[in-house]
Amino acid sequence: MFAVELARGMWTTLKSMFEEPVTYQYPEVKRPVRPRFKGRHVLARYKNGLERCIGCALCAAACPASAIFVEASENIDRRRFSPGERYASTYEINLLRCIFCGFCEDACPTEAIVLEHNYEMSFTSRRDAIYTKERLIVPVPPGGDPTPMIVPPGSFDRAIPEMEDPD
Amino acid sequence: MSQALVSLTIDGVEVTVPVGTKIVDAAKQAGIEIPVFCYHPKLESVGMCRQCLVEIGRPKIDRSTRKIVRDKNGDPVIEFGPKLETSCTTPVGEGWVVLVNSERAIEGRRQVIELILTSHPLDCPICDKGGECPLQNMTMAHGPGKSRFLYEDKMHLAKHVPLGDLIFLDRERCIQCARCIRFQTEIVDDPVIAFSERGRKLEIVTLSEPGFASYFSGNTTDICPVGALTTADFRFGARPWELNATASICPHCAVGCNTMLNTRREARSQGRVVIKRVMPRQNEAVNEIWLCDKGRFAHHFASSEERLARPVIKLKRRGRLTATTWENAVKFVVEGLQAAHGAVLGIAGGRASNEDLYALHRLMDGLGGRAVLHDQMAGGEFVQQAGVGPGTNLADLGSGDCILVVASDLHEEAPIWWLRVKQAAERGAKLIVANARPTRLDAHATHILRYDYGVAAHMILGMLHEINHQKELDQYASAETKKVAKVVSKANNVVVFYGSEGLDYAASHDLAQNCATLLAASGHVGRANNGLVAVWTHSNTQGAWDMGVHPEPGGLAAALKGQKAAYVVAADPAGDEPLLTSLLEQVDFLIVQGLFLTETALAADVVLPAQSFVERDGTYTNGMRRVQRFFPAIAPNEGMRADWEILSAVAAAMGIDSARPSAAAVMQDIAAKNRDYSEVNYPALSRNASQWPHVGGKDIYFGGTAHPNHQGLGVQLTPRVERQKDISFDWAAPRKIAHKPRYLMVPITKLYDRGTTVVQSQVLGPRLEILRLYVNPEDAERLGMIDEGEVEVQWDGRKQRLRSVIDEHVPSGAVLVPRSLGVPLATAVDVKIRPIAL
Ligand code: SF4
Ligand code: SF4
Ligand code: SF4
Ligand code: SF4
Ligand code: FES
Repeated sequence: MFAVELARGMWTTLKSMFEEPVTYQYPEVKRPVRPRFKGRHVLARYKNGLERCIGCALCAAACPASAIFVEASENIDRRRFSPGERYASTYEINLLRCIFCGFCEDACPTEAIVLEHNYEMSFTSRRDAIYTKERLIVPVPPGGDPTPMIVPPGSFDRAIPEMEDPD
Repeated sequence: MSQALVSLTIDGVEVTVPVGTKIVDAAKQAGIEIPVFCYHPKLESVGMCRQCLVEIGRPKIDRSTRKIVRDKNGDPVIEFGPKLETSCTTPVGEGWVVLVNSERAIEGRRQVIELILTSHPLDCPICDKGGECPLQNMTMAHGPGKSRFLYEDKMHLAKHVPLGDLIFLDRERCIQCARCIRFQTEIVDDPVIAFSERGRKLEIVTLSEPGFASYFSGNTTDICPVGALTTADFRFGARPWELNATASICPHCAVGCNTMLNTRREARSQGRVVIKRVMPRQNEAVNEIWLCDKGRFAHHFASSEERLARPVIKLKRRGRLTATTWENAVKFVVEGLQAAHGAVLGIAGGRASNEDLYALHRLMDGLGGRAVLHDQMAGGEFVQQAGVGPGTNLADLGSGDCILVVASDLHEEAPIWWLRVKQAAERGAKLIVANARPTRLDAHATHILRYDYGVAAHMILGMLHEINHQKELDQYASAETKKVAKVVSKANNVVVFYGSEGLDYAASHDLAQNCATLLAASGHVGRANNGLVAVWTHSNTQGAWDMGVHPEPGGLAAALKGQKAAYVVAADPAGDEPLLTSLLEQVDFLIVQGLFLTETALAADVVLPAQSFVERDGTYTNGMRRVQRFFPAIAPNEGMRADWEILSAVAAAMGIDSARPSAAAVMQDIAAKNRDYSEVNYPALSRNASQWPHVGGKDIYFGGTAHPNHQGLGVQLTPRVERQKDISFDWAAPRKIAHKPRYLMVPITKLYDRGTTVVQSQVLGPRLEILRLYVNPEDAERLGMIDEGEVEVQWDGRKQRLRSVIDEHVPSGAVLVPRSLGVPLATAVDVKIRPIAL
């Protein structure tokens, strides 16, 4: 009786030695994520380089974890960060508080805040866990200009361009 | 006064209201909400927006008999009109039946919102009003989810139109309700904004130069039902829901407007909590739902970088200020005060709270010295005796009443009082304005009296003559004083506002005394809506008088004579009067407690950093003797302490009194010692009553974004005449004016001066007064002066060059110079003027 059971167990062990492993050898190998995976946020830009975020703080209002802090300032054409009159001069997400629910993404009127695919977040201090605007914002796309930019007067006077790139 | 009443039914609720009440208000009183945009309970109805549509049914009248037609049961037959009607323009009628929430009315209002939204940008995410916006709320509550209008057809208009330095207009957001324009025209009589063009092109333009020149412009942003008007100060400052609110009292003038300080932690300010905006807090007896722009925008001094943050002491020989700990500083103060052996003088300013002033008085008393107020206006004791009684509200004055304003330019000195006095005059109250020069209030006066600077008190005696017929007063009477005296004696209620323009201590004392005597002689003291009000230069000068801290008749120079130590609290005598600097330096030991390193602080041996009114609690007593409480809005920097706390710690260290744990405890001491304040304690100050109109709350469209008052209306003190029947008033023997000086330089008050509490607010920068000497045209010609020329003024061995402006409103023989702009002048002086050739 005992010997049979033992042999069966050994057989299972032996079999699995030849199966393909389901574990990934992280960090050498990284598991791909699903398209709708909710990882660390980024702040998006339009093609021309302008920041999508208009500093409305609706994401902060929607956040159930109070993880977001936004402080807005006024754009002028000689120093323009985003379309319209308002931009986020301070934007911070405390990733220790964030529960990755994506409500901020839903609340955003300009699709500026997006939960991207990066899940590699580890911090050695609480301060490091606070992602500032500089760390969140995506690089300027090719052909675009960095912000703040100088633009001709009156060229970007709508804060919420109808969800497409304002060129 | 009994008013005829009317009963009607609104949505099945029986309501009884006075004749003439608008349906919208009647519904509100019955707890039924009718949405409005253009209607505002403080403004005349215009019926411009159609948002308040309701169905109105009226009892059917038989045309031949003119009787109400009744059905079989004897009930009146109700006839509904074919169309919806605006409830904001329709006064109630007997027996009417109003349907607010009928299907037809709801649909009608829904279509109005749909129409309004066709030309609205819907940029709520970046709109400062978003979150407290009537249009937003109304769209959610009553609007359609979808519009039948084409999105592409929206009008695109300018979004950044400065109407002036303080207010911005977003043309797209304006729903053309004209509340702002009507406020400026009806309420504050500054018709400086108006509609231009028509239809969709309609826009608000400013007619003044500089733009939107009004001391009350900020209020339009509160009552604008959308985010079309925003203030330069708060623009994009924060979302309304992110702000904390703390009740406070405006520290800028004797009105004592109730405010709400909206605060938020700010990254720009290194993570400190800062004041983002000041909002009005409703107190119908003080400021209603308004604030002047100084109260609204001049709050930045409290969060200034220049604030003192640590105690500093100066060891005489080395002469440098060195930072130290509080323990050391207090020890140092105690040693210095002990060495003075009772030859100490406390000097306080009218900005200190009651608790501070009481604590200073207590300390000085214990040391054998005394405390005086740094001010040149007198008469506080007459306000204590004959002030306006509990229940006083300027809004109750109207036809049959009388207001006398003497020696004060209310529009500049106490804007909200100006506003309310003006409104009383519009309701039919007789308004007598007496001043040496024309002021803005003259436009609303029924009687204007002119006198020469310095003899205001004499003129009151002329009026008194008409009432008591004393022979000695004969010489002061004139046809004019006779006429106005009749008005005063005939009036049901009389309130007298007295100021100190052109008057020194003695002259303002006489003026106050004679005004009190006039009021008593004509039977206008000791009851609500009657009495004397002082237009003090600071927010708590009345409180100082009440705490036993008053100015010395001879001024500070006399008071300082022979003193070994001086303790200055919330005042800058050396800054205001450079001649005092040397006197203050001569004192062996000078302690200065305040917010900034002032001229006086520079001369001090110890400088103690005090908390400002936003960091602590305390009370102010306003010019109408209403004691009101302010609360801590911002955590103070560790190095700062409240004035009363420091004084109480010093008193404890010297064995005079035990240290008090809180401002409330100091108020208990005050109540125990001061009969006038016996009813005053912090819980009593926090008492509330329901007020009309409703503001704040969820029906924000009704009254605007002024905050409702949940923190207390304060306590109005009872004047002594109401308690002590034996108080008698006598007029002051008028002083002879020695000679008519060739030119009398008179300091006048302007709202936007360059005092430390104002200059720190950059938004007000462009509006600050510019130092000018105002001269009468004839005098200018005699002196050979030109407009905008330069002159040299000499007085008391001092000289100053000033730019002069020729102004026909200046009385001849006088030259006017605004206070706190660089000419250190407490009261009127004789001057020599010499034009400087260019
Ligand atoms: S994902 Fe959720 S918890 Fe995280 S920041 Fe956004 S709203 Fe907050
Ligand atoms: S990320 Fe979006 S929701 Fe958040 S402040 Fe910016 S624009 Fe507003
Ligand atoms: S700016 Fe505001 S208050 Fe003035 S008309 Fe337009 S919507 Fe009305
Ligand atoms: S009227 Fe006086 S108390 Fe009122 S807000 Fe203006 S300055 Fe302040
Ligand atoms: S028409 Fe009645 S509120 Fe505008």
